[in-house]
Amino acid sequence: MSELLREYGRRALACFFRSVVQIVLAYAVNLPLFIVTVLSIAFIPLGFGVVLAPMMFQAIRTIANQQRVWAAEWSGVRIPVPYRAEPAKAGVFGRLKWVLTDPASWRDLLWSLLNVPAALVLGVLAGGMTLYGLEGVFVAPWVAQLTDYGWGPFWPLGEWGAVGLVGTVVLGAALTAVSVPVGPLLLKAHARFSQSLLAPTRDALAERVERLTETRSEAVDASAAELRRIERDLHDGAQARLVALSMNIGLAEEMMKHDPDTAQKLLAEAREASGTALTELRDLVRGIHPPVLAERGLDGAVRALALTLPLPVDVRIDLAGRSDAPVESAAYFAVAEMLANVVKHSAARRAWVQIEYPGDRLLMIVGDDGTGGADPAAGSGMRGIERRLAAFDGTMAVTSPVGGPTVVTMELPCALSSPRTSPSSGTG
Amino acid sequence: MRVVIAEDLALLRDGLIRLLGAFGFEVVEAVDNGPSLLRALTTHRPDVAVVDVRLPPTFTDEGLRAALDARKEVPGLPVLVLSQHVEQLYARELLSDSRGGIGYLLKDRVSDVKVFVEAVRRVAGGGTALDPDVVAQLLTRHAREEPLQQLTPREREVLGLMAEGRSNAAIAAKLFVTEKAISKHTNSIFGKLGLPQSEDDNRRVLAVLAYLGA
Repeated sequence: MSELLREYGRRALACFFRSVVQIVLAYAVNLPLFIVTVLSIAFIPLGFGVVLAPMMFQAIRTIANQQRVWAAEWSGVRIPVPYRAEPAKAGVFGRLKWVLTDPASWRDLLWSLLNVPAALVLGVLAGGMTLYGLEGVFVAPWVAQLTDYGWGPFWPLGEWGAVGLVGTVVLGAALTAVSVPVGPLLLKAHARFSQSLLAPTRDALAERVERLTETRSEAVDASAAELRRIERDLHDGAQARLVALSMNIGLAEEMMKHDPDTAQKLLAEAREASGTALTELRDLVRGIHPPVLAERGLDGAVRALALTLPLPVDVRIDLAGRSDAPVESAAYFAVAEMLANVVKHSAARRAWVQIEYPGDRLLMIVGDDGTGGADPAAGSGMRGIERRLAAFDGTMAVTSPVGGPTVVTMELPCALSSPRTSPSSGTG
Repeated sequence: MRVVIAEDLALLRDGLIRLLGAFGFEVVEAVDNGPSLLRALTTHRPDVAVVDVRLPPTFTDEGLRAALDARKEVPGLPVLVLSQHVEQLYARELLSDSRGGIGYLLKDRVSDVKVFVEAVRRVAGGGTALDPDVVAQLLTRHAREEPLQQLTPREREVLGLMAEGRSNAAIAAKLFVTEKAISKHTNSIFGKLGLPQSEDDNRRVLAVLAYLGA
């Protein structure tokens, strides 16, 4: 019995605090933010609104995200995050456009305004019931003794004497008891209200489909172009060499009897040609899927790559398993391209690579202490990597002030399979 | 000399058996997967093993790992690793116990039969045989660094051949100079790099490789 009471008390208390939190949020945060954001939009023509408005919208997003978390934790109402992906490289106006054209921004703003009365109703009903009921049981009867505490809305004090006192305590207890199941329901209703404004609309879904279609067609185009390149390389390179090789060997076979010296020369040539063909094939294979990647996964392949570069590269990799081959390959080539850029353009003295897996995605950071000023739009290599990552919903962000350092952050959503042990060389 | 061969492609396995047999090696066992290789190495204790990196069942670096495990059990067991591609990372792992008796070559090098057989013998004798591709990478990687900058082009050439594991006699033969000239070069190289001199060929090679960070 006392267990049950304690549990009831705990629930009532939690519900009461949550309601208070919602009221405080609405009045101390939502309302001021709404006002300042509207003002910042008004300031856009004056100039500084261009910078201020995106900042304010971001602040609102932070609050809205907190509300999404609470809705899930307190009431089990899931509110997915609807925002469009941040553009990888955006100037001041780019950011403004990104924020203003996202319908989710405006729905956030509307929620900030409407949450003020909504949270008030919730708080007054849920918190107020509990508080008022408790006051009826513990406070009102005694205060009525001391002062001429007249009435509460329900408390039959004043004219009723002892009956009124007892009635007040009973009514107060009843109100408190009712507030225990009703409070969470009210909270849930409030979460649903937030959901109606903060969840993605059908438009967002349509947009996602559009983006997927776009990245898919880019990926298909890229892989088709890649296949054509491989076909051409094989046809004009190794294949042609092997044809010449078998001709040479056939000729040597003929000459074996009557001109062994020439035959030997031809065979030596043939061996050389086969060596060249093999080197070509090796380079081609490396470009398609580096063998060390197949053998050791992303971890080993990146370490192996770092060892071949003409500058010290500090490699830190923390991966508990391997991802699917296509993802692994995209990740490897992304890192390889960035390191190649470091060697080619940055004049850096050292570089670093950090790869980890914080739960649902590969996080890859490649940095260097070079001259900076890297521009993803300028190089076709970076654009290509961006497209390759986008095919997996991956993103790339570059910060490269003039004078350095350059840091490229890439994220690639994926799952990791079970870990595979590999001998750690203890070197980076 | 007793040899164990590990290669999963029958064509290449037979080729290696035939080639080594023709040069007087005794092939005691030829296996086609990692677990059998480890067993063969630890039971036969061959004079030298010729091992492919990629073997079943995993088709990853099974052969390399079996070789490393066998050397843990039989320290200094001579192993020559063959692969379709060479990686500094693997070279480093193979050389990490600094005991010598290690070879790491591209498969294509087999076609230069004399050089290949010489490399097998060198490894069996506790020496080193490192692929020119790996050595070239090591040298380019350190090319910008101070002590290497001080070497003459000829000295750099000698350093490369030394890193491949060749003896003074072999280097002299390759460059068409006397052995005496080569030892002058090596003395000068060791002086410039600040490495201790050593009479022992093999220890000298390992010192050079350690210096190059292999």
